[in-house]
Amino acid sequence: MSNPTIFAILFYVLAGLTLASAIAVVTVKNIVHAALALIATFFFVAWLYLMLNADLLWVAQLLIYAGAIPVLLVFAIMLTRRSMSDTSNAESGNKLWGALIAAGVFLLLALVLLPANWRTGVYPLNTTVRVIGTELVNRYPVPFEVVSVLLLVGLIGAVVLARREAE
Amino acid sequence: MIGYIGLQQFLVVSVGLFAIGVYGLLSKRNAISLLMAVELMFNSANVALVAFARFGYNGAQPLAGQAFALFIITIAAAEVAVAIAILLLIYRLRGTVWVDEIDLMRW
Repeated sequence: MSNPTIFAILFYVLAGLTLASAIAVVTVKNIVHAALALIATFFFVAWLYLMLNADLLWVAQLLIYAGAIPVLLVFAIMLTRRSMSDTSNAESGNKLWGALIAAGVFLLLALVLLPANWRTGVYPLNTTVRVIGTELVNRYPVPFEVVSVLLLVGLIGAVVLARREAE
Repeated sequence: MIGYIGLQQFLVVSVGLFAIGVYGLLSKRNAISLLMAVELMFNSANVALVAFARFGYNGAQPLAGQAFALFIITIAAAEVAVAIAILLLIYRLRGTVWVDEIDLMRW
């Protein structure tokens, strides 16, 4: 992005939309609306990735987070049908404590992370797909294989758990 | 001129998402809402990792943060699938997905 002012405006708009839709996820009363707000959050986060020069993650976020995971969540909402009412995203009695602890977490993380003296060195603005591909097979082959086994285990586990026992 | 957008600004978004996820995790009754809050926290961690990959560039390990974020996306997908299978099983057995009514393991 060549013009820093446009970049900054875009960033603040995207950040505001992301946080607003995330707040909607945890505050709206109907869980179907919460799921829609969650899709919006994932969508906006994907564009944050693009602003961070992560084109592969932008696509992965749009496909997996904004596409696949909400489908699973909406299926779960549909199959637990009784929970589709206007109070389906209701708060428990811990609302005040939840807000206090969340504010505490926010302050703690912000106070620790923001003043820290991070090493800086900006990644050059070019495509990341080739670099990530070679890094995955050269430097992280073991995590790569472990994650593929984990996906298989998750697949089998989901089928085994959700299968109805034959009477 | 609004200003330079650097690591700090992206970290503020990440921390905000994480705090919202913590609030959702602590204050919701529906187990599916809890899953959504956990997904928000995953995304917060991913934003931080990608921001570090961009602004904490290190020639010896280029894009380590983005590779980790890819692993996290994969694991989140598997986690959601298994968690929803467990939820459907609980719903079938107990008829509820409200976490304060699922007290099977409470002593």
